[in-house]
Amino acid sequence: MEQLLQQVVAGLATGAIYATMALAVVMVYQAIDHLNFAQGELATFSTFLAWQMIEWGWSYWAAFALTVAISFVIGVAIDRVLFRPVRNAPILSQLVAFIALFSILNSSDGEIWNFTIKSFPSPFGTKPLFGSGLISTHQAGMVAVTLVMLALLYVFFRGSRLGLAMRAAAANPEAARLVGIRVGWMIALGWGLSTAIGAVAGILIAPVVFLDPNMMLGVLLYGFAGAVLGGLSSPGGAVLGGFAVGIIENLAGTFIPFVGQELKLTVALIVIVAVLMVRPAGIFGRVGVSRV
Amino acid sequence: MPEREAITLDAAAVPSEADVARPLSLWLDRRRLLIGAAVIAGLVAPLVVANFTIFQLTMVMIYGLAILGLNLLTGFNGQFSLGHSAFYGIGAYTAAILMSGSADLPYYWTLPCAGAVCFIVGIAIGLPALRLQGLYLALATFALAVALPQLLKSHLLEEMTGGVQGIVIDKPDPPAGLPINADQWLYYFTLAVLLVMFAAAAGLVRSRTGRAIMAIRDHPIAAAAMGINTARYKTLTFGVSALYTGIAGALGAIVVQFVAPDSFNFLLSVNFLVGLIVGGISSIPGSLFGGVFVLFVPNIAEKVSTGLSGAVYGVILLLLIFLMPSGAAGFVRRAAAWLARLRRASNSELPIGRSTR
Repeated sequence: MEQLLQQVVAGLATGAIYATMALAVVMVYQAIDHLNFAQGELATFSTFLAWQMIEWGWSYWAAFALTVAISFVIGVAIDRVLFRPVRNAPILSQLVAFIALFSILNSSDGEIWNFTIKSFPSPFGTKPLFGSGLISTHQAGMVAVTLVMLALLYVFFRGSRLGLAMRAAAANPEAARLVGIRVGWMIALGWGLSTAIGAVAGILIAPVVFLDPNMMLGVLLYGFAGAVLGGLSSPGGAVLGGFAVGIIENLAGTFIPFVGQELKLTVALIVIVAVLMVRPAGIFGRVGVSRV
Repeated sequence: MPEREAITLDAAAVPSEADVARPLSLWLDRRRLLIGAAVIAGLVAPLVVANFTIFQLTMVMIYGLAILGLNLLTGFNGQFSLGHSAFYGIGAYTAAILMSGSADLPYYWTLPCAGAVCFIVGIAIGLPALRLQGLYLALATFALAVALPQLLKSHLLEEMTGGVQGIVIDKPDPPAGLPINADQWLYYFTLAVLLVMFAAAAGLVRSRTGRAIMAIRDHPIAAAAMGINTARYKTLTFGVSALYTGIAGALGAIVVQFVAPDSFNFLLSVNFLVGLIVGGISSIPGSLFGGVFVLFVPNIAEKVSTGLSGAVYGVILLLLIFLMPSGAAGFVRRAAAWLARLRRASNSELPIGRSTR
């Protein structure tokens, strides 16, 4: 029992990483109706920016704030420059644009900051929380920040005119345009927002997994899995999905005898696929209804 | 023949994407001519280039075949897959195990075996895939791509798969009496398999079954309403697609003479996908162009800049997508339509009596 609890808490701690990323994934999905496969690399790039600023002797929070702001601008710029021209191309062609962006960012990160693994400071400290040894203060802080971010986004999308306009632009671009919403800019805004969230995720994750150009590759995949498990149409579901993936992965690795560490990712994915069999749009996702 | 002319013009005025240029019988003939020329070039090539280039060209054909498999599923049936690296890997391992172990099968028999194994696995994956669409299907197939290298490495199968070490296989000898070396022979062997498989795919796509497969892609509900058993066709397409990619994998194992778990990871799936899109979605010859891209462009990028090769690769990809948003095949199609229009425009400058005759 003790071990079960411990593994669940440890799963929650890693799950927090996935949840943060899943939230970023769902945000961009809501805004542009695509998964952004380059999101992890964008987040890594932002984290490197923050690392560079801290190296220059800036205070943590100044670097944090400026990085999030710069990331927002980068996101908007990428949409305007790279993705607007291909918006009418087939979906799969746009996918290639994401892969290209991924490749460019990953390679540039390595060239600018090289591939050595760097440690990243945490504002919450890394001591065990309450001295229990189950979860560190940083991980607790990460969970807290993720939940605060989720609450803020909820308020923004439900409560503000801009949030409503963004949702309208994603749900029905033509109708949104007819009522005077500038759909193109809403999409750009969605890009900016999701890149900024990605930056927050990257900065929070870096103290745990350490910073290098490939830092986000695995994390994004888990975040993707969490988002799909929770349902791509539900930000809250995505966060829960992220936590669930972390817990499933940990429990499978510990308690299923033949699995061990080498197969735990496989088992986590099989569980997710099994859940999807029952709920094809994710646990909290709305099933889309389309008119024939 | 005024009527015929009218039909031709009508058909050309409503471009149905795949058929923009086809109504012109002239172009059809030219197309056959092009295919013939390509086959002849393919036959002559290994006699004039170096052995390493022969190896590269063989790999181009193998990737082209794997991409064709993905194309049947994604391009023609509209089902998304990030799991084709797994089918390629299963095909490769089937061939390697059959050739190296106690079975000691001759290499040519491993192809049908790999195809059969992958067909069955494909059906097994295709059945649950019926429930999923779009990104959810992408995740499910992605799970397959992630699972395969881990399964191959796991101690459960280590005895058969050789674990992390992989399996080394011998290069097959050319049949006695032929004045060619082993590389050339493998090239011709691959070319023969490729031609058969491509012809079969072209036949499949043009058949009644092929039309059903495409109808499901274009409008699943309408297809079902017309009496197409969508579940059966979707599952079957999954199987056939896996069969193609699996045979490509088996050929790949024979040509590279080595299989190891990590060469069949998720990135291989991404490569197939990139090849598919760059070559042209739902274009059969486009798949071969995709193979050329997947094999050569990363090398070119590496030559331009070692440190930034990924960035160069990305920029090339972006340029291609900006220039040819529907892939090389779409580009060729549009160029052909444009040429045809030019020709028609110059024809109409002639006296009216001639062009309507």
